[in-house]
Amino acid sequence: MWNYSEKVLDLFYHPLNQGEIKDEQESGMAVVRGEVGSIACGDALRLHLKIDVTGDRIIDAKFQTFGCTSAIASSSALTEMVKGLELDRALGITNRDIANYLGGLPEQKMHCSVMGQEALEKAIYSYRGLTPAHEEEEEGALLCTCFAVTANRVKRVVQENRLTSAEEVMRYVKAGGGCGTCLSAIDEVIESVLQPQPLTTVQKIGKIETSLDGIRPYLQADGGDVELFDVEGDRVSVRLKGACGSCASSLATLKDVIEERLRREVLPSLVVEAV
Amino acid sequence: MTIYLDNNATTRVDEQVFAAMVPFLTEFYGNPSSMHSFGGRVAQSIQTAREQLADLIGALPSEVIFTSCGTEGNNTAIRSALATLPDHRHIITTQVEHACVLNLCKTLEKQGYRVTYLSVDSKGMLDLMELEAALTGDTAIVSTMYANNETGVIFPVEEIGTLAKSYGALFHVDAVQAVGKVPLHLQASSVDFLTLSGHKFHAPKGTGALYVRRGVRFRPHLIGGHQERNRRGGTENVAGIVGLGQAAVLAQANLGQMESVKTLRDRLEEAILQLIPDTTVNGQGSPRLPNTTNIAFKYIEGEAILLMLDREGICASSGSACTSDSLEPSHVLRSMGLPYSILHGSIRFSLSRFTTPAEIGRLLAVMPPIAAKLRALSPFNAEDQGWIAERTEALTHK
Repeated sequence: MWNYSEKVLDLFYHPLNQGEIKDEQESGMAVVRGEVGSIACGDALRLHLKIDVTGDRIIDAKFQTFGCTSAIASSSALTEMVKGLELDRALGITNRDIANYLGGLPEQKMHCSVMGQEALEKAIYSYRGLTPAHEEEEEGALLCTCFAVTANRVKRVVQENRLTSAEEVMRYVKAGGGCGTCLSAIDEVIESVLQPQPLTTVQKIGKIETSLDGIRPYLQADGGDVELFDVEGDRVSVRLKGACGSCASSLATLKDVIEERLRREVLPSLVVEAV
Repeated sequence: MTIYLDNNATTRVDEQVFAAMVPFLTEFYGNPSSMHSFGGRVAQSIQTAREQLADLIGALPSEVIFTSCGTEGNNTAIRSALATLPDHRHIITTQVEHACVLNLCKTLEKQGYRVTYLSVDSKGMLDLMELEAALTGDTAIVSTMYANNETGVIFPVEEIGTLAKSYGALFHVDAVQAVGKVPLHLQASSVDFLTLSGHKFHAPKGTGALYVRRGVRFRPHLIGGHQERNRRGGTENVAGIVGLGQAAVLAQANLGQMESVKTLRDRLEEAILQLIPDTTVNGQGSPRLPNTTNIAFKYIEGEAILLMLDREGICASSGSACTSDSLEPSHVLRSMGLPYSILHGSIRFSLSRFTTPAEIGRLLAVMPPIAAKLRALSPFNAEDQGWIAERTEALTHK
């Protein structure tokens, strides 16, 4: 049996906001819906939104879901989360947010939260007369034919959730969960996402500056500071200032703090030296 | 109170079985292989259990090898057949077998064996013509279920065996779900190997047996001492074997009661079909086990139904994708070519001789509101199939 959180079980047994919103042609109000999934996939969600046109705000949300315990709970959670939100803020909701609202979901059930996020986006985009981002994703070639998942969609879920294995992708969008033929193709997508594009020198400098800005307050607290002097390939020259310039532990600061941070945030191959 | 309708998964240990086992966990702990009479007493009780089990399946005691589970029996039988017929490189089985047969066959394919997986029709039934077309002189073994664990559909075992024999192939039957529910007379049958598992008929888990027809060559799977007449090494699970023997006695004595189990099952089926719209019985029209029913609740999903039932204290099971790690619904129902609306919403209720009319009454009281509640949540229904058709078509025409 799945290890569902109390919140998941509560929203499953006592779902909030189930049903549809009928368009009563109320002035200043728009009613839209977003549909994702299918009976073939084993889960489907039809999300209904009532939008205050001038306020650009969601006034009411309801759901109809075909699916398991966590699909129903995720849908209900989503409707609770978006009620009263401005559309732009609602669009910022990720599947992680839905899972967190539920006190977590079993890994194998993360696709339920993805379904919620996609339905929300579809509804809002359709209200705005735009093509939803993941509709565009659906344009691309199918990667997983068993569950009709495109490479673009896999790419997006990998990026948004920082997934690192095909097994994880399977739990989020089901791709690879059928015949398994596409598993190595999923590996390739993950690799392409994880592989950082080579940075231009300008990009590198920008990122290093941002990263140094994060360290600066700590150094300043000790009466010191740091300044970027030059970047040549992987070699980063910095100038330690103030107290740091004369501090006995400045080498440790340089290597353990600055270099470590730049490697983590900018490029793992960077070497930092003081001038 | 728990209402247990998942007896194809496992059963409760009969109190008489438990009582028979206890002395062998306390007082009579000797090793049956020992030379002293303390162990000899234990060896005698194993022999008694062997006779009891042989009686239940219509076999000779010497044809019974005690094992630890159904998986062991199935693996042993198939591997033994291949080992004794080294020139034969072909295996025939079906698409709806238990994982322990299907996954073994997949492994054997990697080792160079050719495997034919026979299909089933929408009622879960095999086509004997397909079997005959698949049989060749190269076929080492035909391995099929007696009855399917999910649908309860019973295969025509004798006809399959006769065909297999006519091509010189060995015949193995996975009868894990059938033993104790249908009468068996193996001596008068075409079966060479038959697997059974104790915990499916009120013996404890960790007990089982493999029937090997007298005269059929056999190679052990577990190589060890001289236990089970050199056919299965390892110190005997004495208490479990004694329990299995006692369970066999009780199953034999209660075989007649299967008729009333069937009556209850039929009542359950009829009432659900009548009370709840858009329901069907998977495998209906085929011969089926008396205790099993697999009912599709269209437009709602199996796992959600199970959780709703669970809150009412009712245990059942589902082959829905969401109940497993696999994302794919039941391989059995898929092999039957059933539509997705059925695949994801099918629930198996499996009864036992302990199931009471009151328990079925309780299920029938809670099931209609559960179906209604989930259907009220669902975007799909009999009237609004547009989306279903559209989305499903998009998926199938790729």
